[in-house]
Amino acid sequence: MDTVEKKIFGLVAAFKTTPAVYHAAEKVRDAGFKKWDVFTPFPVHGLDHAMGVKRSTLPRMTLCGGLLGFMTGCLMTWYMNAYDYPLIVGGKPFWSPIFPFPVHYELTILFAAFGTFFGMFIYNGLPRHHHPIFDHPRFASAMDDTFLVLIEAEDPHFDAEKTHSFLSGLGGQDITLIEQ
Amino acid sequence: MSHSVEGVHTPSREVMAQVAPVPMPTHPLVSNNRDFHWVTEKICRIVEDSTPRWWWVCFGVSAFLALFTFAGLTYLVSTGVGVWGETRPVYWAWDIVNFVFWIGIGHAGTLISAILCLLKQRWRTSINRAAEAMTIFAVCCAGIYPIFHVGRVWFVWWLLPIPTSNSIWPQFRSPLEWDVFAVSTYFTVSLLFWFMGMVPDLAVLRDRATQTWRKYFYGVLAMGWRGSNRHWSNYEMAYLMLAGLSTPLVLSVHTIVSFDFAVSLLPGWHTTIFPPYFVAGAIFSGFGMVLTLMLPLRAIFGLHDLITPYHINCMCKIILATGSMVGYAYSMEFFIAWYGANPYEGFAFINRAFGPYAWAYWIMVTCNVISPQLFWFKAIRGNVALVWGICIFVNIGMWFERFVIIVTSLANDFLPTSWNYYSPTFVDIATFFGTFGVFGTLFLLFIRFLPLMPMAEVKAVMPQADVHGKAHTLNVEN
Repeated sequence: MDTVEKKIFGLVAAFKTTPAVYHAAEKVRDAGFKKWDVFTPFPVHGLDHAMGVKRSTLPRMTLCGGLLGFMTGCLMTWYMNAYDYPLIVGGKPFWSPIFPFPVHYELTILFAAFGTFFGMFIYNGLPRHHHPIFDHPRFASAMDDTFLVLIEAEDPHFDAEKTHSFLSGLGGQDITLIEQ
Repeated sequence: MSHSVEGVHTPSREVMAQVAPVPMPTHPLVSNNRDFHWVTEKICRIVEDSTPRWWWVCFGVSAFLALFTFAGLTYLVSTGVGVWGETRPVYWAWDIVNFVFWIGIGHAGTLISAILCLLKQRWRTSINRAAEAMTIFAVCCAGIYPIFHVGRVWFVWWLLPIPTSNSIWPQFRSPLEWDVFAVSTYFTVSLLFWFMGMVPDLAVLRDRATQTWRKYFYGVLAMGWRGSNRHWSNYEMAYLMLAGLSTPLVLSVHTIVSFDFAVSLLPGWHTTIFPPYFVAGAIFSGFGMVLTLMLPLRAIFGLHDLITPYHINCMCKIILATGSMVGYAYSMEFFIAWYGANPYEGFAFINRAFGPYAWAYWIMVTCNVISPQLFWFKAIRGNVALVWGICIFVNIGMWFERFVIIVTSLANDFLPTSWNYYSPTFVDIATFFGTFGVFGTLFLLFIRFLPLMPMAEVKAVMPQADVHGKAHTLNVEN
């Protein structure tokens, strides 16, 4: 008996313009939904605020990567040129924080970029092979010029009928039930 | 527009009436009032339509040209570095000239994707992707030279910090070792930035794909991107962070390249002006190459609504600015050579302008200092054919700049008994012209299989993308 209900992933409404989806997102946020999302073909500026999405904490990954890179650079140049195999070259010191600084600098940037790049995909749970939204009949146009608002069935406020009428009240078109 | 001026960020109507602001004249970045779907169709069709005949012709020519590089390198490795024209005292010549030339070209791509992003220059969006691709392929071409000029190419991995059987580590007191880190970091970060920018567009191609191989190819590359706004939030932050990281990176790469020369004690190389001078020159040459590539593509694919005269105008102004900086650097070098009162330094510069390589010096000055000054005239900035022609001069001039700096300083150094006149051999010439084939082949493959312009970014700067529907009229918050 529960097979049918468990299969529902959520309700999806389509919007044609950026202002329409922006105002719809504000109302979904104000209605207290938590497990919901908007699918847009490009980053819509201001939509984070309308959805109540907080500023991304990704810069922490960048910082961690950068610090790790700088320390790797310092340790590496010191270990190789001053500890493991010290060579006298031009009467210069075996190690100093100054002359190998270009190496430290580049490794700081390299590791910070790794932190940012991989952090972005980890934060977003990507790569991911499949997601229920891919089954939506208009998903291809959501990558083109349509905006989709999804309210997941797992949200405590979700109710198939009430949410359906709520979404159509917001001006959403083509309201579709998608399955898990 | 359909939505009136209202909301938290806008001043009240009374204030607006008192101030009576005049709308800022803004240039539309996509002309003819196109919609989102038009952008998707325009860009995706380049990849999806059947391969045009010109593409096969260009690809054939490029691949043939690339064979010269392969033949030149094969001959070099099988015979020895003596097949190049380097002789006493010029032991660094076309190999390093071509390395600096190609790596410099790459710099415009990073400037467009990173520095112009931080400066909120929204016109960069339509040229961003192709310029980044140009960066990556230019760095590939540049990389050939340091790898092969070590002589015994099978030992090139000794440059990397990995333990070798004789347990000697790389020597971090040498600027050449700094270069290894700078260039490899530059290539890696540029590649990550390029790929990350492409993910949303690859998802568009994935969802439009009809053939199975395309579904797999774009499906794998798109990483399961679904355009979720919660993802866009992290994505945009990552984009900003990478832009912020690439900015000091791109400035450091050519700085460190210039250290290869500036840290030595040779008159003509040992100057403190080199880092900023090299960076300006790199951006100058890179924009020359961006326009050299984009103007034909614009004509072939009919991208006139996406690369508008305004875009070309902006790029010409950057060429004018950086070209003037390069001209200033040339004159400042001369001034310091005189003012510094070092006879060797003074001679090196007089010799550049009036010595055996004067022909190269004056080609450099004509192409790099005089030709970009034509961009002061609006009529010239608006004439696409003239712009393209001037950009070719910029490319030629910047190659000669590196030749002049490197070869003239070495050929006539401290002792006249050791002077010599350097000429390249056929192997030098074939290997260098072949790299244009390598670059062309990679760039043509990029045009054919990957999205030429960042659709998502172009859409985001269109007036329809504004959530208040008012970008067309006036931005009152500012």
